[in-house]
Amino acid sequence: MDLGFMWDTFLTLLTGLPLTLELAVTSVVAGSALALAISLLAVTGGEIGRTVTRGYVFVFRGSPLLVQMFLIYYGLGQFRHGLQDLGVWGFFREPYWCAVLALTLNTAAYCSEIFRGGLLAVSAQEIEAARACGMSGILLFRRIILPIAIRHALPAYGNEIILMIKATALASVITIMEVTGLAGKLIADSFRAFEIFIVAGAIYLAIIFIVTRMLMAVDFWLSPHVRMRLQS
Amino acid sequence: MAPIDSYLALVGFGQTGWGWLLLTAAAMTIGVSVCGFLTGTLIGTVVTFMQLSRHLTIRWLADCYTTVLRGVPDLLVIYLFYFGGSAFLGSLGGMFGYQGFIGMPAFLTGTLALGAVSAAYQAEVFRGAYRSVARGEIEAAIAVGMRPWPKFRRIVAPLVLRYAIPGLGNTWQLVLKESALISVTGLVELLRQSQIGAGSTRRPFEFYLTAVVLYLVITWLSSILFRRMEARTIQGTRRAL
Repeated sequence: MDLGFMWDTFLTLLTGLPLTLELAVTSVVAGSALALAISLLAVTGGEIGRTVTRGYVFVFRGSPLLVQMFLIYYGLGQFRHGLQDLGVWGFFREPYWCAVLALTLNTAAYCSEIFRGGLLAVSAQEIEAARACGMSGILLFRRIILPIAIRHALPAYGNEIILMIKATALASVITIMEVTGLAGKLIADSFRAFEIFIVAGAIYLAIIFIVTRMLMAVDFWLSPHVRMRLQS
Repeated sequence: MAPIDSYLALVGFGQTGWGWLLLTAAAMTIGVSVCGFLTGTLIGTVVTFMQLSRHLTIRWLADCYTTVLRGVPDLLVIYLFYFGGSAFLGSLGGMFGYQGFIGMPAFLTGTLALGAVSAAYQAEVFRGAYRSVARGEIEAAIAVGMRPWPKFRRIVAPLVLRYAIPGLGNTWQLVLKESALISVTGLVELLRQSQIGAGSTRRPFEFYLTAVVLYLVITWLSSILFRRMEARTIQGTRRAL
Protein backbone atom coordinates (compact mmCIF):
# COMPACT_ATOMS: atom_id res chain seq x y z
CA MET A 1 0.00 0.00 0.00
CA ASP A 2 1.40 3.33 -1.13
CA LEU A 3 0.65 6.03 1.45
CA GLY A 4 1.91 8.87 -0.73
CA PHE A 5 -0.43 7.83 -3.52
CA MET A 6 -3.32 7.57 -1.08
CA TRP A 7 -2.65 11.07 0.25
CA ASP A 8 -2.69 12.47 -3.30
CA THR A 9 -5.92 10.57 -3.94
CA PHE A 10 -7.38 12.00 -0.77
CA LEU A 11 -6.56 15.55 -1.85
CA THR A 12 -8.09 14.97 -5.28
CA LEU A 13 -11.24 13.40 -3.89
CA LEU A 14 -11.69 16.24 -1.38
CA THR A 15 -12.32 18.61 -4.30
CA GLY A 16 -15.46 16.57 -5.06
CA LEU A 17 -16.70 16.72 -1.49
CA PRO A 18 -18.52 20.08 -1.73
CA LEU A 19 -20.51 18.79 -4.70
CA THR A 20 -21.45 15.56 -2.89
CA LEU A 21 -22.63 17.50 0.16
CA GLU A 22 -24.45 20.06 -1.96
CA LEU A 23 -26.33 17.32 -3.82
CA ALA A 24 -27.20 15.56 -0.59
CA VAL A 25 -28.36 18.67 1.29
CA THR A 26 -30.38 20.11 -1.61
CA SER A 27 -32.18 16.88 -2.34
CA VAL A 28 -32.79 15.97 1.31
CA VAL A 29 -34.29 19.41 2.02
CA ALA A 30 -36.39 19.53 -1.17
CA GLY A 31 -37.33 15.85 -0.84
CA SER A 32 -38.46 16.28 2.76
CA ALA A 33 -40.64 19.26 1.86
CA LEU A 34 -42.23 17.31 -0.98
CA ALA A 35 -42.58 14.24 1.24
CA LEU A 36 -44.38 16.27 3.88
CA ALA A 37 -46.87 17.47 1.27
CA ILE A 38 -47.34 13.92 -0.04
CA SER A 39 -47.83 12.41 3.40
CA LEU A 40 -50.35 15.11 4.31
CA LEU A 41 -52.21 14.31 1.11
CA ALA A 42 -52.10 10.61 1.99
CA VAL A 43 -53.44 11.18 5.50
CA THR A 44 -56.03 13.87 4.80
CA GLY A 45 -56.76 13.48 1.08
CA GLY A 46 -59.34 10.71 1.34
CA GLU A 47 -59.60 7.92 -1.20
CA ILE A 48 -58.17 9.90 -4.13
CA GLY A 49 -55.27 11.22 -2.08
CA ARG A 50 -54.39 7.73 -0.90
CA THR A 51 -54.51 6.24 -4.39
CA VAL A 52 -52.38 9.00 -5.91
CA THR A 53 -49.76 8.88 -3.20
CA ARG A 54 -49.67 5.08 -3.21
CA GLY A 55 -49.04 5.13 -6.96
CA TYR A 56 -46.26 7.68 -6.57
CA VAL A 57 -44.58 5.68 -3.82
CA PHE A 58 -44.87 2.43 -5.81
CA VAL A 59 -43.25 3.91 -8.91
CA PHE A 60 -40.37 5.65 -7.17
CA ARG A 61 -39.57 2.91 -4.68
CA GLY A 62 -40.04 0.07 -7.13
CA SER A 63 -37.64 1.17 -9.84
CA PRO A 64 -33.91 1.90 -9.66
CA LEU A 65 -32.83 5.47 -8.99
CA LEU A 66 -30.35 5.29 -11.85
CA VAL A 67 -33.14 4.62 -14.35
CA GLN A 68 -35.14 7.52 -12.94
CA MET A 69 -32.09 9.72 -13.35
CA PHE A 70 -31.59 8.60 -16.96
CA LEU A 71 -35.28 9.11 -17.70
CA ILE A 72 -35.09 12.69 -16.46
CA TYR A 73 -31.70 13.63 -17.89
CA TYR A 74 -31.65 11.81 -21.24
CA GLY A 75 -35.35 11.04 -21.62
CA LEU A 76 -36.70 14.54 -21.15
CA GLY A 77 -33.97 15.86 -23.44
CA GLN A 78 -36.08 14.37 -26.23
CA PHE A 79 -38.70 17.03 -25.59
CA ARG A 80 -36.21 19.84 -25.81
CA HIS A 81 -38.38 22.11 -27.94
CA GLY A 82 -41.42 21.62 -25.77
CA LEU A 83 -39.37 22.35 -22.67
CA GLN A 84 -37.84 25.40 -24.35
CA ASP A 85 -41.33 26.71 -25.06
CA LEU A 86 -42.17 26.23 -21.40
CA GLY A 87 -38.98 28.08 -20.47
CA VAL A 88 -37.62 25.25 -18.29
CA TRP A 89 -35.00 23.89 -20.67
CA GLY A 90 -32.26 25.69 -18.75
CA PHE A 91 -33.14 23.50 -15.77
CA PHE A 92 -33.28 20.16 -17.60
CA ARG A 93 -30.14 20.89 -19.61
CA GLU A 94 -27.98 20.83 -16.48
CA PRO A 95 -26.99 17.36 -15.25
CA TYR A 96 -26.71 18.80 -11.75
CA TRP A 97 -30.37 19.86 -11.59
CA CYS A 98 -31.51 16.62 -13.21
CA ALA A 99 -29.63 14.67 -10.56
CA VAL A 100 -31.15 16.83 -7.81
CA LEU A 101 -34.62 16.34 -9.27
CA ALA A 102 -34.22 12.55 -9.50
CA LEU A 103 -32.80 12.30 -5.97
CA THR A 104 -35.56 14.56 -4.64
CA LEU A 105 -38.42 12.65 -6.24
CA ASN A 106 -36.88 9.36 -5.10
CA THR A 107 -36.28 10.33 -1.50
CA ALA A 108 -39.70 12.00 -1.28
CA ALA A 109 -41.31 8.62 -1.95
CA TYR A 110 -39.40 6.94 0.88
CA CYS A 111 -39.73 9.88 3.26
CA SER A 112 -43.45 10.31 2.67
CA GLU A 113 -44.03 6.78 3.95
CA ILE A 114 -41.86 7.52 6.98
CA PHE A 115 -43.70 10.77 7.67
CA ARG A 116 -47.07 9.11 7.13
CA GLY A 117 -46.15 6.59 9.81
CA GLY A 118 -45.06 9.45 12.06
CA LEU A 119 -48.27 11.41 11.52
CA LEU A 120 -50.42 8.35 12.18
CA ALA A 121 -48.45 7.74 15.37
CA VAL A 122 -49.62 11.04 16.90
CA SER A 123 -52.20 9.86 19.39
CA ALA A 124 -55.75 11.18 19.44
CA GLN A 125 -55.36 12.16 23.11
CA GLU A 126 -52.48 14.49 22.33
CA ILE A 127 -54.50 16.25 19.66
CA GLU A 128 -57.55 16.38 21.91
CA ALA A 129 -55.49 17.86 24.71
CA ALA A 130 -54.26 20.58 22.39
CA ARG A 131 -57.79 21.24 21.13
CA ALA A 132 -58.98 21.47 24.73
CA CYS A 133 -56.43 24.24 25.30
CA GLY A 134 -57.97 26.08 22.36
CA MET A 135 -55.33 25.24 19.76
CA SER A 136 -56.36 24.51 16.21
CA GLY A 137 -55.33 24.70 12.59
CA ILE A 138 -51.77 25.60 11.74
CA LEU A 139 -50.80 26.34 15.33
CA LEU A 140 -51.91 22.85 16.40
CA PHE A 141 -50.00 21.34 13.48
CA ARG A 142 -46.85 23.34 14.11
CA ARG A 143 -46.73 23.05 17.91
CA ILE A 144 -48.11 19.58 18.55
CA ILE A 145 -48.55 17.30 15.54
CA LEU A 146 -45.33 18.07 13.68
CA PRO A 147 -42.89 17.78 16.63
CA ILE A 148 -44.45 14.52 17.82
CA ALA A 149 -44.52 13.10 14.29
CA ILE A 150 -40.88 14.08 13.74
CA ARG A 151 -39.89 12.40 16.98
CA HIS A 152 -41.58 9.16 15.90
CA ALA A 153 -40.12 9.32 12.41
CA LEU A 154 -36.58 10.39 13.24
CA PRO A 155 -34.79 7.00 13.37
CA ALA A 156 -36.18 5.91 10.00
CA TYR A 157 -35.63 9.39 8.59
CA GLY A 158 -32.01 9.23 9.68
CA ASN A 159 -31.57 6.00 7.73
CA GLU A 160 -33.04 7.67 4.67
CA ILE A 161 -30.61 10.60 4.94
CA ILE A 162 -27.70 8.15 5.06
CA LEU A 163 -29.07 6.36 2.00
CA MET A 164 -29.35 9.69 0.20
CA ILE A 165 -25.73 10.58 0.92
CA LYS A 166 -24.75 7.28 -0.67
CA ALA A 167 -27.19 7.76 -3.52
CA THR A 168 -25.51 11.01 -4.60
CA ALA A 169 -22.79 8.74 -5.99
CA LEU A 170 -25.12 7.89 -8.88
CA ALA A 171 -24.90 11.48 -10.10
CA SER A 172 -21.41 10.58 -11.31
CA VAL A 173 -23.01 8.40 -13.99
CA ILE A 174 -24.56 11.48 -15.60
CA THR A 175 -21.17 13.22 -15.75
CA ILE A 176 -21.13 14.97 -12.37
CA MET A 177 -17.68 14.84 -10.84
CA GLU A 178 -18.43 14.46 -7.16
CA VAL A 179 -16.42 12.14 -4.88
CA THR A 180 -17.41 8.87 -6.57
CA GLY A 181 -17.08 10.38 -10.03
CA LEU A 182 -13.52 11.48 -9.26
CA ALA A 183 -12.76 8.12 -7.66
CA GLY A 184 -14.06 6.26 -10.71
CA LYS A 185 -11.94 8.40 -13.00
CA LEU A 186 -8.83 7.88 -10.84
CA ILE A 187 -9.39 4.12 -10.77
CA ALA A 188 -9.83 3.96 -14.53
CA ASP A 189 -6.59 5.94 -14.98
CA SER A 190 -4.40 4.17 -12.45
CA PHE A 191 -6.06 0.76 -11.96
CA ARG A 192 -5.27 0.96 -8.25
CA ALA A 193 -8.83 0.16 -7.29
CA PHE A 194 -8.16 -1.02 -3.77
CA GLU A 195 -6.27 2.02 -2.50
CA ILE A 196 -8.70 4.48 -4.06
CA PHE A 197 -11.62 2.49 -2.68
CA ILE A 198 -10.20 2.78 0.82
CA VAL A 199 -9.76 6.55 0.54
CA ALA A 200 -13.15 7.22 -1.07
CA GLY A 201 -14.87 4.81 1.33
CA ALA A 202 -13.25 6.54 4.30
CA ILE A 203 -14.56 9.90 3.11
CA TYR A 204 -18.13 8.56 2.86
CA LEU A 205 -17.85 6.80 6.21
CA ALA A 206 -16.61 10.02 7.81
CA ILE A 207 -19.57 11.99 6.42
CA ILE A 208 -22.00 9.32 7.59
CA PHE A 209 -20.37 9.16 11.02
CA ILE A 210 -20.78 12.91 11.47
CA VAL A 211 -24.38 12.85 10.21
CA THR A 212 -25.36 10.01 12.55
CA ARG A 213 -23.90 11.93 15.51
CA MET A 214 -25.90 15.00 14.47
CA LEU A 215 -29.07 12.91 14.25
CA MET A 216 -28.39 11.51 17.70
CA ALA A 217 -28.06 15.08 19.00
CA VAL A 218 -31.41 16.05 17.42
CA ASP A 219 -33.01 12.96 18.93
CA PHE A 220 -31.63 13.94 22.35
CA TRP A 221 -32.91 17.49 21.95
CA LEU A 222 -36.39 16.35 20.86
CA SER A 223 -36.92 13.97 23.76
CA PRO A 224 -36.64 15.98 27.00
CA HIS A 225 -39.70 14.19 28.39
CA VAL A 226 -37.96 10.82 28.15
CA ARG A 227 -34.83 12.16 29.80
CA MET A 228 -36.79 13.65 32.68
CA ARG A 229 -38.46 10.33 33.27
CA LEU A 230 -35.08 8.62 33.36
CA GLN A 231 -33.63 11.11 35.83
CA SER A 232 -36.44 10.92 38.37
CA MET B 1 -53.14 7.81 -31.54
CA ALA B 2 -49.99 8.16 -33.64
CA PRO B 3 -47.57 8.51 -30.68
CA ILE B 4 -48.88 5.34 -29.08
CA ASP B 5 -48.62 3.39 -32.34
CA SER B 6 -45.06 4.53 -32.89
CA TYR B 7 -44.23 3.66 -29.28
CA LEU B 8 -45.67 0.17 -29.66
CA ALA B 9 -43.70 -0.31 -32.89
CA LEU B 10 -40.56 0.71 -30.99
CA VAL B 11 -40.83 -1.61 -28.01
CA GLY B 12 -43.06 -4.23 -29.62
CA PHE B 13 -42.09 -7.60 -31.02
CA GLY B 14 -42.32 -6.69 -34.70
CA GLN B 15 -39.42 -6.50 -37.13
CA THR B 16 -38.15 -3.15 -35.91
CA GLY B 17 -39.29 -3.67 -32.34
CA TRP B 18 -36.94 -3.96 -29.38
CA GLY B 19 -39.34 -6.10 -27.38
CA TRP B 20 -37.39 -9.35 -27.32
CA LEU B 21 -34.10 -7.61 -26.58
CA LEU B 22 -35.66 -5.77 -23.66
CA LEU B 23 -37.23 -8.96 -22.30
CA THR B 24 -33.93 -10.83 -22.60
CA ALA B 25 -32.23 -7.96 -20.80
CA ALA B 26 -34.89 -8.13 -18.08
CA ALA B 27 -34.10 -11.83 -17.71
CA MET B 28 -30.41 -10.88 -17.36
CA THR B 29 -31.36 -8.38 -14.65
CA ILE B 30 -33.19 -11.12 -12.78
CA GLY B 31 -30.30 -13.55 -13.35
CA VAL B 32 -27.57 -11.29 -12.03
CA SER B 33 -29.79 -10.23 -9.12
CA VAL B 34 -30.55 -13.82 -8.12
CA CYS B 35 -26.86 -14.81 -8.32
CA GLY B 36 -25.85 -11.70 -6.36
CA PHE B 37 -28.54 -12.29 -3.77
CA LEU B 38 -27.57 -15.95 -3.24
CA THR B 39 -23.88 -15.02 -3.00
CA GLY B 40 -24.95 -12.44 -0.46
CA THR B 41 -26.85 -15.08 1.52
CA LEU B 42 -23.75 -17.25 1.59
CA ILE B 43 -21.40 -14.47 2.72
CA GLY B 44 -24.09 -13.04 4.99
CA THR B 45 -24.45 -16.35 6.81
CA VAL B 46 -20.71 -16.45 7.45
CA VAL B 47 -20.77 -12.84 8.68
CA THR B 48 -23.68 -13.64 10.99
CA PHE B 49 -21.71 -16.51 12.51
CA MET B 50 -18.82 -14.10 12.99
CA GLN B 51 -21.12 -11.59 14.68
CA LEU B 52 -22.29 -14.25 17.09
CA SER B 53 -18.76 -15.43 17.80
CA ARG B 54 -17.30 -15.60 21.27
CA HIS B 55 -14.09 -13.91 20.15
CA LEU B 56 -13.97 -10.14 20.27
CA THR B 57 -11.68 -9.83 17.23
CA ILE B 58 -13.97 -11.89 15.00
CA ARG B 59 -16.98 -9.90 16.14
CA TRP B 60 -15.08 -6.70 15.44
CA LEU B 61 -14.17 -7.89 11.92
CA ALA B 62 -17.81 -8.70 11.17
CA ASP B 63 -18.82 -5.30 12.52
CA CYS B 64 -16.29 -3.59 10.25
CA TYR B 65 -17.63 -5.52 7.26
CA THR B 66 -21.27 -4.54 7.79
CA THR B 67 -20.39 -0.92 8.63
CA VAL B 68 -18.15 -0.38 5.60
CA LEU B 69 -20.32 -2.18 3.04
CA ARG B 70 -23.45 -0.41 4.22
CA GLY B 71 -21.76 2.98 4.50
CA VAL B 72 -20.01 3.15 1.14
CA PRO B 73 -21.83 3.85 -2.16
CA ASP B 74 -22.50 0.64 -4.09
CA LEU B 75 -21.07 2.18 -7.21
CA LEU B 76 -17.67 2.32 -5.50
CA VAL B 77 -17.93 -1.37 -4.61
CA ILE B 78 -18.69 -2.16 -8.25
CA TYR B 79 -15.68 -0.10 -9.38
CA LEU B 80 -13.55 -1.96 -6.82
CA PHE B 81 -14.56 -5.37 -8.13
CA TYR B 82 -14.48 -4.40 -11.80
CA PHE B 83 -11.17 -2.55 -11.92
CA GLY B 84 -9.59 -4.45 -9.04
CA GLY B 85 -10.58 -7.74 -10.63
CA SER B 86 -9.28 -6.66 -14.02
CA ALA B 87 -5.97 -5.55 -12.52
CA PHE B 88 -5.71 -8.88 -10.71
CA LEU B 89 -6.47 -10.84 -13.89
CA GLY B 90 -3.97 -8.63 -15.75
CA SER B 91 -1.18 -9.42 -13.32
CA LEU B 92 -2.16 -13.09 -13.47
CA GLY B 93 -1.94 -12.89 -17.26
CA GLY B 94 1.42 -11.13 -16.92
CA MET B 95 2.78 -14.18 -15.11
CA PHE B 96 1.93 -16.26 -18.16
CA GLY B 97 3.51 -13.75 -20.49
CA TYR B 98 0.31 -12.04 -21.65
CA GLN B 99 0.72 -8.28 -21.79
CA GLY B 100 -2.56 -6.48 -22.05
CA PHE B 101 -5.86 -5.65 -20.54
CA ILE B 102 -7.97 -8.54 -19.35
CA GLY B 103 -11.43 -7.30 -18.49
CA MET B 104 -13.21 -8.76 -15.52
CA PRO B 105 -16.28 -10.69 -16.77
CA ALA B 106 -19.22 -8.35 -16.22
CA PHE B 107 -21.61 -10.99 -14.91
CA LEU B 108 -19.08 -12.20 -12.34
CA THR B 109 -18.38 -8.60 -11.31
CA GLY B 110 -22.08 -8.01 -10.82
CA THR B 111 -22.57 -11.19 -8.83
CA LEU B 112 -19.63 -10.47 -6.55
CA ALA B 113 -20.40 -6.79 -6.02
CA LEU B 114 -24.10 -7.35 -5.37
CA GLY B 115 -23.19 -10.31 -3.17
CA ALA B 116 -20.68 -8.33 -1.11
CA VAL B 117 -23.11 -5.46 -0.54
CA SER B 118 -26.23 -7.51 0.08
CA ALA B 119 -24.29 -9.78 2.47
CA ALA B 120 -23.89 -6.84 4.82
CA TYR B 121 -27.64 -6.21 4.84
CA GLN B 122 -28.54 -9.90 5.00
CA ALA B 123 -26.18 -10.46 7.93
CA GLU B 124 -28.11 -7.86 9.92
CA VAL B 125 -31.41 -9.47 8.93
CA PHE B 126 -30.16 -12.92 9.98
CA ARG B 127 -28.78 -11.62 13.25
CA GLY B 128 -32.10 -10.02 14.11
CA ALA B 129 -33.95 -13.20 13.14
CA TYR B 130 -31.59 -15.36 15.19
CA ARG B 131 -32.35 -13.21 18.22
CA SER B 132 -36.05 -13.91 17.73
CA VAL B 133 -35.58 -17.68 17.82
CA ALA B 134 -36.72 -18.91 21.22
CA ARG B 135 -33.76 -20.04 23.33
CA GLY B 136 -35.70 -23.11 24.46
CA GLU B 137 -35.88 -24.54 20.95
CA ILE B 138 -32.11 -24.43 20.57
CA GLU B 139 -31.61 -25.78 24.06
CA ALA B 140 -34.02 -28.60 23.22
CA ALA B 141 -31.93 -29.47 20.17
CA ILE B 142 -28.80 -29.61 22.32
CA ALA B 143 -30.64 -31.60 24.97
CA VAL B 144 -31.56 -34.36 22.53
CA GLY B 145 -27.89 -34.57 21.60
CA MET B 146 -27.85 -32.85 18.21
CA ARG B 147 -24.41 -32.03 16.89
CA PRO B 148 -23.76 -28.49 15.61
CA TRP B 149 -24.40 -29.19 11.90
CA PRO B 150 -27.71 -31.10 12.22
CA LYS B 151 -28.77 -28.57 14.83
CA PHE B 152 -28.12 -25.74 12.37
CA ARG B 153 -29.67 -27.48 9.38
CA ARG B 154 -32.79 -28.86 11.04
CA ILE B 155 -33.54 -26.40 13.84
CA VAL B 156 -31.74 -23.08 13.60
CA ALA B 157 -31.83 -22.44 9.85
CA PRO B 158 -35.58 -23.07 9.33
CA LEU B 159 -36.48 -21.01 12.38
CA VAL B 160 -34.18 -18.14 11.43
CA LEU B 161 -35.52 -18.19 7.88
CA ARG B 162 -39.08 -17.89 9.15
CA TYR B 163 -38.29 -14.64 10.94
CA ALA B 164 -35.92 -13.41 8.26
CA ILE B 165 -38.19 -13.59 5.21
CA PRO B 166 -39.75 -10.11 5.49
CA GLY B 167 -36.28 -8.58 5.90
CA LEU B 168 -34.90 -10.69 3.09
CA GLY B 169 -37.71 -9.43 0.86
CA ASN B 170 -36.49 -5.88 1.43
CA THR B 171 -32.91 -6.91 0.68
CA TRP B 172 -34.00 -8.60 -2.52
CA GLN B 173 -35.73 -5.43 -3.71
CA LEU B 174 -32.54 -3.55 -2.89
CA VAL B 175 -30.41 -5.98 -4.91
CA LEU B 176 -32.82 -5.85 -7.82
CA LYS B 177 -32.62 -2.08 -7.99
CA GLU B 178 -28.87 -2.04 -7.47
CA SER B 179 -28.41 -4.43 -10.37
CA ALA B 180 -29.05 -1.41 -12.61
CA LEU B 181 -25.65 -0.07 -11.51
CA ILE B 182 -23.94 -3.10 -13.05
CA SER B 183 -24.66 -1.44 -16.40
CA VAL B 184 -21.54 0.70 -15.84
CA THR B 185 -19.42 -2.42 -16.34
CA GLY B 186 -21.13 -3.09 -19.68
CA LEU B 187 -23.27 -6.05 -18.67
CA VAL B 188 -26.29 -5.99 -20.98
CA GLU B 189 -29.04 -5.98 -18.40
CA LEU B 190 -32.23 -3.96 -18.56
CA LEU B 191 -30.72 -0.51 -18.09
CA ARG B 192 -27.78 -1.12 -20.42
CA GLN B 193 -30.07 -2.49 -23.13
CA SER B 194 -32.25 0.61 -22.75
CA GLN B 195 -29.15 2.78 -23.13
CA ILE B 196 -28.22 0.92 -26.30
CA GLY B 197 -31.73 1.26 -27.68
CA ALA B 198 -31.91 4.92 -26.70
CA GLY B 199 -28.58 5.61 -28.38
CA SER B 200 -29.39 3.89 -31.63
CA THR B 201 -32.95 5.19 -32.08
CA ARG B 202 -32.51 8.55 -30.32
CA ARG B 203 -35.65 7.98 -28.32
CA PRO B 204 -34.34 7.75 -24.76
CA PHE B 205 -37.64 8.73 -23.14
CA GLU B 206 -39.54 5.72 -24.49
CA PHE B 207 -36.76 3.29 -23.63
CA TYR B 208 -36.15 4.47 -20.07
CA LEU B 209 -39.90 4.64 -19.44
CA THR B 210 -40.20 1.04 -20.61
CA ALA B 211 -37.30 0.08 -18.36
CA VAL B 212 -39.06 1.70 -15.39
CA VAL B 213 -42.23 -0.24 -16.18
CA LEU B 214 -40.36 -3.54 -16.51
CA TYR B 215 -38.57 -2.95 -13.20
CA LEU B 216 -41.92 -2.22 -11.58
CA VAL B 217 -43.36 -5.46 -12.95
CA ILE B 218 -40.40 -7.42 -11.57
CA THR B 219 -40.55 -5.82 -8.12
CA TRP B 220 -44.32 -6.28 -8.01
CA LEU B 221 -44.13 -9.96 -8.95
CA SER B 222 -41.34 -10.61 -6.48
CA SER B 223 -43.25 -8.94 -3.66
CA ILE B 224 -46.11 -11.39 -4.35
CA LEU B 225 -43.63 -14.27 -4.31
CA PHE B 226 -42.17 -13.20 -0.98
CA ARG B 227 -45.62 -12.82 0.53
CA ARG B 228 -46.40 -16.41 -0.53
CA MET B 229 -43.15 -17.67 0.96
CA GLU B 230 -43.89 -15.89 4.19
CA ALA B 231 -47.32 -17.48 4.33
CA ARG B 232 -45.70 -20.88 3.79
CA THR B 233 -43.06 -20.54 6.49
CA ILE B 234 -45.47 -19.40 9.17
CA GLN B 235 -47.74 -22.41 8.65
CA GLY B 236 -48.59 -24.06 11.92
CA THR B 237 -47.55 -21.14 14.08
CA ARG B 238 -49.94 -19.38 16.36
CA ARG B 239 -50.00 -15.65 16.00
CA ALA B 240 -50.39 -13.42 19.00
CA LEU B 241 -51.05 -10.32 16.91
